Amino acid sequence: MRDNAGTTVSLVYLARLRETFGAASERAEIPPGVNNVGSLRAWLATRGGAWATELAPGRAVRVAVNHDLAGADTPIADGDEVALFPPVTGG
Amino acid sequence: MPVRVQTEDFDAGRELAALRSGDCSVGAVAAFIGTVRDVNADASVSSMTLEHYPGMTEKALSDIVAEAKARWDIVDALVIHRVGALKPADQIVLVGVTSAHRGEAFAACEFIIDYLKTRAPFWKKEDTAAGARWVDARTSDDDAAARWQNPAKPAT
Repeated sequence: MRDNAGTTVSLVYLARLRETFGAASERAEIPPGVNNVGSLRAWLATRGGAWATELAPGRAVRVAVNHDLAGADTPIADGDEVALFPPVTGG
Repeated sequence: MPVRVQTEDFDAGRELAALRSGDCSVGAVAAFIGTVRDVNADASVSSMTLEHYPGMTEKALSDIVAEAKARWDIVDALVIHRVGALKPADQIVLVGVTSAHRGEAFAACEFIIDYLKTRAPFWKKEDTAAGARWVDARTSDDDAAARWQNPAKPAT
């Protein structure tokens, strides 16, 4: 990747979050400094509305990076698939 | 270690027979079947829809089965989970484990369903008289999964 290229990720929203965000997925160019799950969540929350409500600190949101469950410190890189979803309820 | 996500129903007897088929090292088969209840959180449930995250789901289930195989001396394990529209009494999930002796099969089977309920990306949406609602995760499921975080400590 070129040093000056933007970082673009695929965002996936599932279950209740897909409904409240009104989208199943999007490609997003993330700003410099947004480099892990915690900072991505905080950046998305600045969109306001449902984003601010659902992604507010303390709300239970699970995140997977490239299909693995991730924590707030998990790094995010160009081309990653990042999924946001409520706590799971299968079984 | 077969792992399947499907809309169709499953025949547990046939699946478990196939899991242990021809393997005379197997002396125990433990199984768990989860089914749809007609009442949840004080509301009557007429139907439900199960959603998942294609791509991650199979990997998450395979990882859980691999973890069970690493922790217990089991021969094989099977997970089948349904998605789509389901009605009360329908089967949702089958976990099957084979081992030489029952202790490992029971423990690994319980571990797999406990981890599935907190780590595999499935979500239930129920249809009730008051409308459709997403099922809330239960803290009791987190507690059940947490029991297994120290492998030296048996579940009670």
